[in-house]
Formats: sequence, C-alpha cells, structure tokens
Amino acid sequence: MPTSELEKYFPVLVMAVIAAVMAASLTILSSVLGKRSKSPQKDTPYECGMAPTGDARDRFSIKFYLVAMIFILLDIEAVFLYPWAVVYRQLKWFAFFEMLLFIALVLVGYFYIWKKGALDWAIPERPRKAGPKTGTNLYREAA
Amino acid sequence: MPTNFMPSTEEYFRILPELILTLAGVLIMFLEALRKEGQKSNAGGVTLATLVAALIAAVMAGGSPGPAFHDMVFVDGFGTFFRILVLVVGLLTVLSSQSYLERHDAQIGEYYGLLLFSLVGQSLLCVSNELMMVFIGIEISSIASYIMAGFLRDDKRNNESALKYFLLGSFATAFLLYGVAWIYGITGTTNIDGIRQALLNNLPAVPLPAVGAAAALMLVGFAFKVSAVPFQAWAPDVYQGAPAPVSAFMSAGPKAAAFAVFTRVFLTAFGPIANRWEPILWIVALATMIVGNFAALTQTNIKRMLAYSSIAHAGYVLVAIVAHSEAGTAAVMFYLASYAFMNVGAFAAIVDYSRRNEKFVNISDLAGLGQKQPFTASMMTIYMLSLIGVPLTAGFFGKFYIFKAALESDLIWLTVLGLLNSAVAAYYYLRILVVMWMHEPGEAAESAPEASFGVKAVLFGSALATLVLGILPSLVLDFANRSANIIK
Repeated sequence: MPTSELEKYFPVLVMAVIAAVMAASLTILSSVLGKRSKSPQKDTPYECGMAPTGDARDRFSIKFYLVAMIFILLDIEAVFLYPWAVVYRQLKWFAFFEMLLFIALVLVGYFYIWKKGALDWAIPERPRKAGPKTGTNLYREAA
Repeated sequence: MPTNFMPSTEEYFRILPELILTLAGVLIMFLEALRKEGQKSNAGGVTLATLVAALIAAVMAGGSPGPAFHDMVFVDGFGTFFRILVLVVGLLTVLSSQSYLERHDAQIGEYYGLLLFSLVGQSLLCVSNELMMVFIGIEISSIASYIMAGFLRDDKRNNESALKYFLLGSFATAFLLYGVAWIYGITGTTNIDGIRQALLNNLPAVPLPAVGAAAALMLVGFAFKVSAVPFQAWAPDVYQGAPAPVSAFMSAGPKAAAFAVFTRVFLTAFGPIANRWEPILWIVALATMIVGNFAALTQTNIKRMLAYSSIAHAGYVLVAIVAHSEAGTAAVMFYLASYAFMNVGAFAAIVDYSRRNEKFVNISDLAGLGQKQPFTASMMTIYMLSLIGVPLTAGFFGKFYIFKAALESDLIWLTVLGLLNSAVAAYYYLRILVVMWMHEPGEAAESAPEASFGVKAVLFGSALATLVLGILPSLVLDFANRSANIIK
C-alpha cells in the first residue's frame, strides 16, 4: 500500500522511465545497426507519391482560410451539443428551448455567410474597384 | 443539480439590456445578409432605437436589484451605473460614426452589429459576479472591437491597428484566464463573493504565493484592458490606426467596463489579501500616470496624444482603486463617467475635421479652428479644460474626489505625485487650445467642411454633460456614493 502522496505516483514514474528508455533505445539502435544509402530521393519530403512542385510558402486563395474558419466554427458549435445531451434529462424543457435558441443563432450566422457568398467556390472575375470595399460579397472583394 | 432550474421572469428581466442588444445585433446581421448590393443599409437607425431601449431596460433592471442565473450575474447599483455609462458611450459612438462611414464608402450594417455585440460584452462585464462571466464578457467585447479597429479593411493603418490589438489582446486575455484557473484551483469556486468568503475563512491555510500568482495573472489581463503600465504599449498604435469614432468608443466604453470589473474583482474577491496587491498597484498607478503624461508631451498626432492622455487617466483611476475605500470606489465611478464624455467628445471633434482617410490628424492641422469653426473649437476647449481638471468642468471634480479618497487612505505620496502629474498634463492640453485659437488658419482649417449633424450632437451633448457634471457633481456622485458600499 502506498504510504505517502508521492508514492502513489511511483507507477507513473516507472511508466515514464520505460517509455523514455524504449524510445531512446529504438532510435539509437536503428541508427547504429541500420544500413545507410544516400540518394536525392531520400531528401524529398515524401518518399512516395507526387513529386514536389515549387515552394510550400506560396500565396494561395483566401477561400481556403474562409472555409477552414467556418468549418471550425460550426464544428465547435456541434461539440457543444454533447454536454447538452448528457444533462438533457435533468433540465427537460429548459434545456430544449435553450438549445433551440442556440441553434437558431447559429443558423442566422450560417444564413449570413451563405448570403455573403462565403460558400460559393467559383466566382466570375470582376474588375477591382478602388477604395474601401463595401459590397456584399466577401469573395468578390477578397479575390 | 437544483430541481428548479427554470429561471424566473425576474432573472430574465435583470439581463434584459443584454437580450435586447443581442437580438438587435443578430437582426442587423440577418438584414445585412438580405441587403442587395447598392441598397442602403438602415442599421444605424435600428441601432439608435436599440440603444435607447437597452438604456431604459438597464434603468428598469437597476430598479429591482438582485442575482440572476445562479449568481452568475448580480445586478446592483454599481453595475447599473456602468451599464448605463457604456450604453451612453455606444449611443454617442453611433451618432459620430454615420458621417465617417459615409465618407469612407463603408456604410454597411456590420459596423453597427459589431458595435452592439461589443456592448453586449461590456454591459455583461458590468454586472458579472462570476469570473467565467467576466472572461466571456471580455471576449465578447474584445473580439467585436478587434474587428471594428480594422473596419476599413483596405486601409493599412486600420489593419495594423486591428492586428496589434488582436494579438496583444488575446494574449492578455489568456493571462486572465490562467489566473481564473489558479483561483479556481485554490478556492474551488469562480464566484466573486465565494472567492472572498473562501479566502476569509481559510486565510491562514491558503497558500499565499498561489493566491498571489492568481491575482498577479489576473492583474496582467485587467491592466492590459485598461491600458496601465507596463501593458500600455498597444494603446497609442491602436487608437491612432483605428477609425476615429472607433477610437472614441474603445477609449471610453471597454475601458469603463474593464475598470468596473477590475474594481469588483480586486476589492471584493481579492479584498482579503489587499495588503499584498496594494503596493503593486501603487507603483502601477504612478508609472501609468508618468508614462502617459510624459509621452503625450511630445506627440504631434492628436489621436496618439489622446491615447497617451487616456493612459494617464487610467493612472488616476488606479489611484482611486489603491485607496481601497467606499470613497475611492465612488471616485472611480464618477471619474470614469466624466472621462467618458470628455474623451468621446475630443475624438468626435476630429471625426469630420480629419476628412477622407484621416488626412488632417496632426495637432498643427487644428491651427485657426477657432476662427473658422468657433462651435467645434469651443466644444474642444471645454473637453481640454476638463481633461486638465479646471474647476467648473467634470474633470476637476473627478480628480478632486480621487485625490480626496487617496488622502483619506493616507496615500500622501501618491497624491502629491499625481497632482504634479496633472500639472505636466496641462501643457499638452493647453497646446491644443493655443493652436486652435491663436494660430492663423492653415490648409486644414481653410478647407474644413461643416461637421455633420450627428457629430455636432455628440459634441454638444458631451460638452453639456462635462459642464453639468462639473457644476452639479452631486447628481452623479450621490448615486455613486450610495452604490459604492456594494463593493467591499
């Protein structure tokens, strides 16, 4: 039986030491015992698949950021449903209407990004106006 | 789990201002999504009506004080005071924004939607009784103001302002949240009164370094929000780069709300360990006054000068917090009310004068304003005199009550140094008066357009409030004195 607070954590320490030893020994063993062959192929980021074309630090369309951002927003909102589902039985109608309200608010946001054109992938090119952009389509202005 | 979870009507009533603001903000976003290109947005009018409704709701909610939503919110006189203050600041901002947005072809409803959302956060902050609510309030308020700071998105200075504000602001909020986590770990609660009780009951047993660390982490977050030294560096850049009406808003609304919650958390929750944080705040208050005033001396840009001046004024308010008394709390309330009017007014004066892309924002551009636009120049004179603290203006009584409270709490050195600081401050405010009234009109004054009706209304309203508070301070001070005892 563990006698003090600290002794309770002894198995954790053992676990950490074993993990460290395993990781270190595998790395060292493979570098000591492993065969080495140098070729340009070895220096590419991926050993198989497409050959890399150009630099990774390139400019690409803001659409990707926008979609990623919207995805994360809606994703987090969906996560919020899990704790709600857990306490639903206890909270009953109160929880039901609260969630209804929450989803309604999210829907307004969804409606907003949809109408603003954040979900349209292909937008015909349009000449850029000078001065601050105040139109209603996000992409046309950002593109 | 409480069996009766359903909040009562009274509880909804207590957060009615926030409910009204949220609904209107969402409605504006909805209408904005439906608006066709080229169609005029009428969000400005909707916002004005909303703010008036929210003001009425805030006054009514203040009439039936009490807790709501399991003590998350506590409506009291102190909170109601600040709620009304931030809503009035919002009202003044809307009035001074319309002509600015028009001039920059940015008349879109999102601006007003963001303003309303930001006000939701600030209004919530004023009545929060829970550190989690404080965090949520700060986030709602800040995220909306980050976007507003960069509202003219093709303008480089706007982008710089928004990016700096966002990066530093979210970093500071993280500190605050870390402090909340610490204090929860120590006391097992995030309720402000609960923390006070927990600290009082087990003060000998509580690990003081840990409580100190929690208080220090939260101090970093709050000091950033009120732009106190050494976390003031963002303010000049952000206020200078943001659109003038947004700078007016940011320097008054979020600041007042942050001070409200700062006072509540430090005097109530950390009241039991006051002898630990008072010396630190003493230094912070003094450093904030000195850095703000001395840096303002050499500024050539009005917005930047007003930013440093707002740092200096945060220093004065901190003096009242260090005083740690009922008189001090009342002084915080009175000072922030008077500061809000004179500062919003001063920023509003340059909203139309600066022209498109804020071409004329240097102090030298004000030359001859008195000759060409006596109305704007007179109003600006009132704000500047009030910022100095000349009798018959709100600034005088604000400073008077702060230093009176400080003396009563035996902060003699802080009072002396603070008064010396206000003498230094007189120089850069008076310089504006000299340039406005005694210099010959330059290019800027010669071509100055008439200020729009909204801006004129703001100029007049703020000047009137500054004078009324300066001549009849008891109107506000009596209320402040009555509500100050809530903060222990």
